[in-house]
Amino acid sequence: MLNTPPNPNYYTPEHEQFRRTMREFVTREITPFVNEWDEAEEFPRELYRKAAEVGLLGLGYPEEYGGTPADVFYSIVASDELSRAGSGGVSASLMSHSIGTPPILNAGSREMKSRVLPSILSGEKISALAITEPTGGSDVAGLKTTAIRTGDHYIVNGEKTFITSGIRGDYFTTAVRTNPDDKGAGGVSLLLIERDTPGFTRTHLKKMGWWASDTAHLYFDNCRVPIANLIGQENQGFRIIMQNFNSERLGMSAAACGFAKVCLEDAVAWARDRKTFGQPLIERQVIRHKLVDMAMKIESTRALLEDLAWRVQHRSGDPGMLVAQTCMLKNLATQTMQFCADQAVQILGGMGYMRGERVERIYREVKVNMIGGGAEEIMKDLAARQLKF
Amino acid sequence: MKIIVCLKQVPKNDSVLRINEQGTWIQDRDLTYEINESDAYGLEAALQLKEKHGGEVIALSLGPARVQSVIKEALARGADRGIHLEDTAFDNLDAYGIGTAIAAATKAEGFDLLLTGLQSDDYGFAQTGVIAAELLGLPHTTIVMDVELNDAGLRVKRELENGFFQWVNMPAPAVLTIQSGINTLRYATLKGIMAAKKKEIKKLDAATLGIDAASLAPRMEFRRIYLPQKNKQTQFIEGSAGDIAAKLIDKLKNEARVF
Ligand SMILES: Cc1cc2nc3c(=O)[nH]c(=O)nc-3n(C[C@H](O)[C@H](O)[C@H](O)COP(=O)(O)OP(=O)(O)OC[C@H]3O[C@@H](n4cnc5c(N)ncnc54)[C@H](O)[C@@H]3O)c2cc1C
Repeated sequence: MLNTPPNPNYYTPEHEQFRRTMREFVTREITPFVNEWDEAEEFPRELYRKAAEVGLLGLGYPEEYGGTPADVFYSIVASDELSRAGSGGVSASLMSHSIGTPPILNAGSREMKSRVLPSILSGEKISALAITEPTGGSDVAGLKTTAIRTGDHYIVNGEKTFITSGIRGDYFTTAVRTNPDDKGAGGVSLLLIERDTPGFTRTHLKKMGWWASDTAHLYFDNCRVPIANLIGQENQGFRIIMQNFNSERLGMSAAACGFAKVCLEDAVAWARDRKTFGQPLIERQVIRHKLVDMAMKIESTRALLEDLAWRVQHRSGDPGMLVAQTCMLKNLATQTMQFCADQAVQILGGMGYMRGERVERIYREVKVNMIGGGAEEIMKDLAARQLKF
Repeated sequence: MKIIVCLKQVPKNDSVLRINEQGTWIQDRDLTYEINESDAYGLEAALQLKEKHGGEVIALSLGPARVQSVIKEALARGADRGIHLEDTAFDNLDAYGIGTAIAAATKAEGFDLLLTGLQSDDYGFAQTGVIAAELLGLPHTTIVMDVELNDAGLRVKRELENGFFQWVNMPAPAVLTIQSGINTLRYATLKGIMAAKKKEIKKLDAATLGIDAASLAPRMEFRRIYLPQKNKQTQFIEGSAGDIAAKLIDKLKNEARVF
């Protein structure tokens, strides 16, 4: 596509070296198997360990927990390259710790960090984030799952739904209401709930896309969770959840941009190869214009993504503005992905509708990106508030 | 055990190849580069030997500034330090010239084992390692598939033809040229990439190595490089089905030489 060298303001030769590693990793360990894994609605657990070995799971985490400190552009490179496999489901579960673990790192006790982080970053244990409930996901402050303190335990009751890595997860960073008298954000805490807690069960959910990802409904029935598993302060969880959303949204945007690029790549390859009425498709102006529209949206998304990533990394500007930009980026990136998936499937024609094509899968995976991690309407509301409109 | 691995930077195998204006080689401004395939296996063999027996792995590459990226790649995969042979006098060397520079640099460094790839993916001479060994006055073995250390030195497995192998006992120090595909290449992990930033890459030029221009003078030159002429011919074979089949096989064998 646009064969411009990486912008040296953002990417060093080491970033590019990591890109080569990721490209090789994805080509060798993921791409050949994605169709099989998608149909099986699961990928081998071994992949977590392999991803840990190349440094993907520990990316950005302190060395003392087995991580490798690295700036945000390494994460963007990783998302971009993971996207090339064309399976958001694999990325979502493989990287579910990227939403489940930052609260532990940022607000967890030292004891909790040393106990759980090394096993998550080495791929031995799986971390998940459980916020959404059957009664609503957008309105986080209205969540209903309760955790009532009795002695040195919380007793947790309630349900969570649509939880990525919900079936195989070991550590669930769970949003609970610790103060039932406060029905809003002030009564919310984060608890680390472990897989084997008695009373904790889960069921598998079937989905439109992200098949390779194990999404689940979780039930907590009088689960006793030690108070040592509280992440941060009691009733102070809402802020941690909101902060966590920012990095999740940046990551989702990078992935969405990556998937859009895959759509363009496959559409261009097909358009060059496919002949109709004696001419390759790419000779048709209508098709070339579609391709340029795709490239244009990808380029603008990439530019905002990189600009914002740089600002976040350098804490450049008012934090509220960065939140607004993050919301706008998430909408822009997912719309770019939607547009490109739609155009690519159209250009591939019947083949674009066939299982096994990257663009077919990506098309089915568009909506989760526009809903999960903050629905489009919520992003606009949040941006408008930050921008004081 | 101190192992030096020679790594050549070659055009990526999916590069678009265009012939340069002089018609003497490919146009290098269009190219992206990677580690020569068999050299990467040499590096992996060296890293595995180090893991087993301890010691040091040094990655050596000759070429312009861009070849530092292959040295860095090797450092990220686990080599301890790098040597970069960089000098305008090293531009456009033939295999003898490269062998000369490598021999001078590795002699100065000292080693127990010098590994090169079997051949480079661009020129494909399969000479460099062998020439370096001769200039160093050391034993060498080519097309190596496995390396074991023992008290007497080395026991190495060579590939012969038709699926035959040969085990060779030889003293160390020695030079081995390594075959592709003999081990599983490791990734340059994120940790490795970060650690490589702190590893030393020593630059050496012809003067430092005491190499004079005459010893680098090419003994071979490219006169012209050109793309194979494509042509297409259609022949109709007549006769009975049996005749046609026999003639077809004869033509495929003796004219088209496809088997
Ligand atoms: C495959 C998948 C994986 C997921 N993984 C996780 C996970 O790992 N952890 C987790 O906690 N959650 C997860 N989610 C849940 C996701 O975050 C929620 O679906 C999302 O936040 C929306 O919540 P909801 O589905 O309850 O929709 P609701 O909040 O009920 O909203 C429904 C729709 O109404 C609209 N809407 C809502 N509020 C407003 C408003 N104020 N103004 C205008 N329009 C509005 C939006 O269009 C929204 O999509 C996942 C979801 C999916 C599909």
